Amino acid sequence: MAAGDPPEPDPTGVTVELAVGALRPDGKRAPAPREQLREHLPGLEPDRRVSDWGRSERLEGLVDRTVYEFLYHYWFRVDVEGIENVPPGGGALLVANRSGALPADSVMVARAVKEAHRHARPVHLATTNHLSGVPGLGALVMKLGGVPAHPANVHRLLFDEDQLVLVFPEGRAGARKSLRERYRLENFGDGDFVRAALRARVPIVPVAVLGGEEAMPTLGRIGLLGPFSSRARLPVFSAIPLPAKFKIRFLEPVAPGSLGTDSGQDEALIQALSADIRALIQENLLEMVGHRRSAWL
Amino acid sequence: MTSRRILITGISSSLGGQLAQRLELDPRVQTLVGVDTSDPQHRLERTEFVRVETEQLALARILGAAAIDTIVDTRLAADPLAASSSRTHEINVTGTGELLLAAGAPGSTVRKLVFKSSAHYYGFGSDAPAFCSEEVVPRRPSGSGIEREIVEAEARVREFGARNAETTVTVLRLADQLGGEERTSHLALLNLPVLPAILGFDPRWQFIHQHDAVGVLAHAVLHEVPGTYNAAADGVLALSEIASLLGKPMLPLLPPFGTGFAAAQLRRLGLPVPVELARQLRSGRGLDNRRLKATGYGYRYTSREAVLKLHAQQRLRPLLGSGEDTYRYDPEVEEFLRRSPSVRASASLGSNASDPYAPSPPDAPGSASRGSYESLSAEEVIGIASSLEAPALAELRRHEAATRSRREVLVALDGMLARAQG
Repeated sequence: MAAGDPPEPDPTGVTVELAVGALRPDGKRAPAPREQLREHLPGLEPDRRVSDWGRSERLEGLVDRTVYEFLYHYWFRVDVEGIENVPPGGGALLVANRSGALPADSVMVARAVKEAHRHARPVHLATTNHLSGVPGLGALVMKLGGVPAHPANVHRLLFDEDQLVLVFPEGRAGARKSLRERYRLENFGDGDFVRAALRARVPIVPVAVLGGEEAMPTLGRIGLLGPFSSRARLPVFSAIPLPAKFKIRFLEPVAPGSLGTDSGQDEALIQALSADIRALIQENLLEMVGHRRSAWL
Repeated sequence: MTSRRILITGISSSLGGQLAQRLELDPRVQTLVGVDTSDPQHRLERTEFVRVETEQLALARILGAAAIDTIVDTRLAADPLAASSSRTHEINVTGTGELLLAAGAPGSTVRKLVFKSSAHYYGFGSDAPAFCSEEVVPRRPSGSGIEREIVEAEARVREFGARNAETTVTVLRLADQLGGEERTSHLALLNLPVLPAILGFDPRWQFIHQHDAVGVLAHAVLHEVPGTYNAAADGVLALSEIASLLGKPMLPLLPPFGTGFAAAQLRRLGLPVPVELARQLRSGRGLDNRRLKATGYGYRYTSREAVLKLHAQQRLRPLLGSGEDTYRYDPEVEEFLRRSPSVRASASLGSNASDPYAPSPPDAPGSASRGSYESLSAEEVIGIASSLEAPALAELRRHEAATRSRREVLVALDGMLARAQG
């Protein structure tokens, strides 16, 4: 039971139950701290086939058995290294490089964790907020385990529900790299992912994904308003993913420690960590590119 | 502070009336006064009813004369179907203001205010978290009229709480209620033979069963729970899931763009689709209900169970029909029952013998597995009976006739027996 205080006796002799939370000096009670709220997560309802996030066991299973199976084993022929770096229990934030125009990489990473890891843990894919407004696609992505990348969502998954969350800090810029720029990581944004991991007190597992750029190459950009406008340039990519060989390497988890009280120091820490992880993934990517002989076999 | 002298506004509503019935069972409660602008719909034993407009002077007189220490305000109209838009503004904003003025008057004895608000406070947005927690501030100034009114009403309640620091103010944001008889827009949608949906969207939807809606209000009255809380059952269902639980097909009739046009079509078919419902059908919303659970309230039904109960209700409606004796408020009769020395005390207080709100054992999933036969309600018995064969039905009818002998149950069982044999 979350209430730590004994019931306070009323002068007339009838006990009055009090709300949970410490008694503040002004006599009011503070609301329950976040840690205690973890105990009150909704219980499992065994008859349900859809989770509270909208993830459909049935549809996901179907797509998994057909499309993902084919892609994982036969089309991309995924090689996995370092799967033991994904913790067997508890939340963790998987951070990967976004490669290619369509999210084949996120699906393959999630499948890799399910297939190669001895505990077959589900992975939640953080998707862009705008997707939920798109008819059809938005609902489909939600049913297959996509979660809008709101910080509250990520925190709930990591901290309260102890789940694995996969994010791509390069954002949309990563998806739009042209072939010439492949495997060169864009900036890792604001370091939001480090902030999320710090708040939730979970480790960060960097993931280097090779093969996405060749599978879904952005062949170039078409400038709609003339060759010099950089805003309205549509990326051109092939609709069918090409059968590049995928290599996924899970690197050692980084435990970011916890947030201190000095926000200035925290910012510096966050930026430093973000840069470090980016450098780590970049290094591994270049090493993997150097070692492979062909992009297709 | 124990709440002993309680004023309930909106007592004629389903929620207000049931709350009064619930609070009457508690021996710690000395006085119950209910106010509303229309007659109550529920049989009340010891609640005094005063028919009055929500107006400061009248309310202040009642509060002062009865030395009310707790006010429960259940008036908030969160559904546009409840009344016209000017009337809902009057109820939500003006009425709340008047009530707060009366409660905050100098010399007021009010020490607790429980305000029923609505989860429509959060609105619907693509940038909202998947589970709105109480700290989420809705985007403004977007939002429909009702949403803005709810925000305004809550702001006034918060101001009241800040001005009167020794008064405990509880704000409960209730999710869409299931299980009541009142006509709300979402119930009207779920009662259709086919669930209309927007093409390409499968929104998430969270409910609260009316039993729990009454329960959370009673919990706030009987315990000290200052602050703002979401009140919603566990579980967020997808619309497709709801459709399959209700045994109805989900038809994506509405086009994804220009929902306004589609809403106009539906209105022509007899289903008024207010803006909130259209947005719900598009984006959906989930609520984080853990803070209220952390204060010690245990929900009786999950969202899924609430929808299943709605399904049972929908199946039983043609069977039960006019079997219920509807209550009609008659002030002369009530006056007689309460004040006349000829009425014997034991006769009136005995009817609400079993407390439906007593905590059920933790492994009981809900209705049907509770203890003895006597504690089953009419609908539950009929629900069980619908899955029985003829010999078992006959046995059940014999048992019912021998024990509770409720007319509506016997009628329904006779009908089922006739169909089974015929």
